[in-house]
Amino acid sequence: MAASVSTALADKRLPVRAAGPRVIRNPWWVRMLFMTTALTFVGCFLVLPLVAVFIEALRKGVGAYFGAFADPAAQSAIRLTLLTVAIVVPANLVFGVAASWCIAKFDFRGKSLLITLIDLPFAVSPVISGLIYVLVFGAQGWLGLYKNAENPSWPALAAWLNVHDFQIIFAVPGIVLATTFVTFPFVARELIPLMQAQGNDEEYAAITLGASGWQTFWKVTVPNIKWGLFYGVILCNARAMGEFGAVSVVSGHVRGETNTMPLHIEILYNEYNFVAAFAVSSLLALLALVTLVLKCFIEWRHAQAREA
Amino acid sequence: MSPRNIFIVALALGGAVAAFAKNVELLNVSYDPTREFYGDYNAAFAKYWKAKSGDTVTVKQSHGGSGKQARAVIDGQQADVVTLALAADINALYEVAKIVPPDWQGRLPNNSAPYTSTIVFLVRKGNPRHIKDWDDLVKPGVGVVTPNPKTSGGARWNYLAAWAYAVKKFGSEEKAKEFVGRLYRNVPVLDSGARGSTTTFVQREIGDVAIAWENEAFLALKEFGRDKFEIVVPSLSMLAEPTVSVVDKVAKKKGTEMVARAYLEYLYSDEGQDIAGRNFYRPRNEVIAAKYAGTFPQLELVTIDGAFGGWAKAHQAHFADGGTFDQIYLHK
Repeated sequence: MAASVSTALADKRLPVRAAGPRVIRNPWWVRMLFMTTALTFVGCFLVLPLVAVFIEALRKGVGAYFGAFADPAAQSAIRLTLLTVAIVVPANLVFGVAASWCIAKFDFRGKSLLITLIDLPFAVSPVISGLIYVLVFGAQGWLGLYKNAENPSWPALAAWLNVHDFQIIFAVPGIVLATTFVTFPFVARELIPLMQAQGNDEEYAAITLGASGWQTFWKVTVPNIKWGLFYGVILCNARAMGEFGAVSVVSGHVRGETNTMPLHIEILYNEYNFVAAFAVSSLLALLALVTLVLKCFIEWRHAQAREA
Repeated sequence: MSPRNIFIVALALGGAVAAFAKNVELLNVSYDPTREFYGDYNAAFAKYWKAKSGDTVTVKQSHGGSGKQARAVIDGQQADVVTLALAADINALYEVAKIVPPDWQGRLPNNSAPYTSTIVFLVRKGNPRHIKDWDDLVKPGVGVVTPNPKTSGGARWNYLAAWAYAVKKFGSEEKAKEFVGRLYRNVPVLDSGARGSTTTFVQREIGDVAIAWENEAFLALKEFGRDKFEIVVPSLSMLAEPTVSVVDKVAKKKGTEMVARAYLEYLYSDEGQDIAGRNFYRPRNEVIAAKYAGTFPQLELVTIDGAFGGWAKAHQAHFADGGTFDQIYLHK
């Protein structure tokens, strides 16, 4: 999904425009059939559930709706989600730009392997993404066994780890790690097709004219990719806020401490507190809508930039 | 003493108290249906502890399927105390991770089970499928909601209760296995915890009967109204003994051993027992239990030790890899 949008962005550069509706010569009922099917589908599977979330959230009135956010546990969940996003998104932004720059502008051995690796989190179930961190950092995992070993290989390191004793899983670092893993491909996957479509010509020109590598990057490459980049960041952000599976495995579900918004929603639902559950859900749904609006805006700006 | 001096003395005293009063934080990793109970209990304990020691104690809670929760503590979740659905899950803390001593269960009265419960049926109002006893759950076409015994403690009690009934009725383990197998063929959704199972039945309206903790069933009546659901008490069920323990290794590291121990001991106090009764757990204290006698129906209860030879044996026979549950469920 993410990749197809940026391919669409890249395609707009091509001089040959897609044929307009005048070429279509299908009978009217065929067109109607397709349109009705598409609209029904969208209505049933997208619009209806979204509306249901807001209806359920407001079932007991606006007071109960906002009351859900006054709960300290809800506020802590929102804070934790924001903190996670504040770490994960910039990290993935830097990584995504670096990776797609490497892949699109240079040729090297193992390039396709790198692309496959970047895609890995899309292919792996989020539960597995969480479990790998439990296996590595859990008390019975590699780190735990190393710390408790009778004769560890580097005793100084083991002693240091035992003295400082960082809690990684069932704490904030684990949540950040799992979220980073899951949202890893978003920025890179947006930029790679875009940068590949743009080619290296403008960079070559800049360097020929005497620009340094750094100048070329900031003055030529970044302006060319900025809308794609922005879009990648928005998607990454949306997923980081909404991630449930991987975070659920590493969180420990301590109320007011290691619950992100999606986990808090599950807890509220399990406590028969449906209004509050849907109220917090509506906040996440609202985020999805904002993402959608931003996406439309970016596509519009992108098209404008092309025409100019 | 002049008012000014009194003021100064008061200030100094206040400062002294403030200097000694600490803020203590405990993490109680518990199973699914205890949310409401420990919500009440934590407030009561904080008050009691404040009066006794002057310290402010905040208890944080984590809830989920009992087996899953034990696994998290084994994997390093920093629980000061565990309050789980059954002794087998706390045994695992010793067997896999050695973070509690082997004799943990002897440290508190009543085998470290401060309250008990049992397994009953929750049905829709008017009991449209006429469910009276375990036999009615194996009839074709009856949808039975129960969680996964691999991850949920409550589900293991459910499973064993059905098994104990069948053994008593048919007289052989072989017949019991067939009976329980038929029961699980009627299960449309196998949730990971007891609470998920209740919401499946109550909120998503799946199934005709939910096999549930007694306290969970009462709570559903309280939350959703007696006009929607009814409790059916089978002729025979398990005496479920949810157990509690300090997680020694974690409490020692955090320096919370004393508070953690007091936290669990206070469960046996009159106030602790009363809160348990109010939240539909059967109190151990007979005086308090008498107060709630009207709430809890009398039925034949078998114990894990009496009917199954203890948790270690029951776990090995039924829930370990390749146990009867796997045999039943894989050949469903």
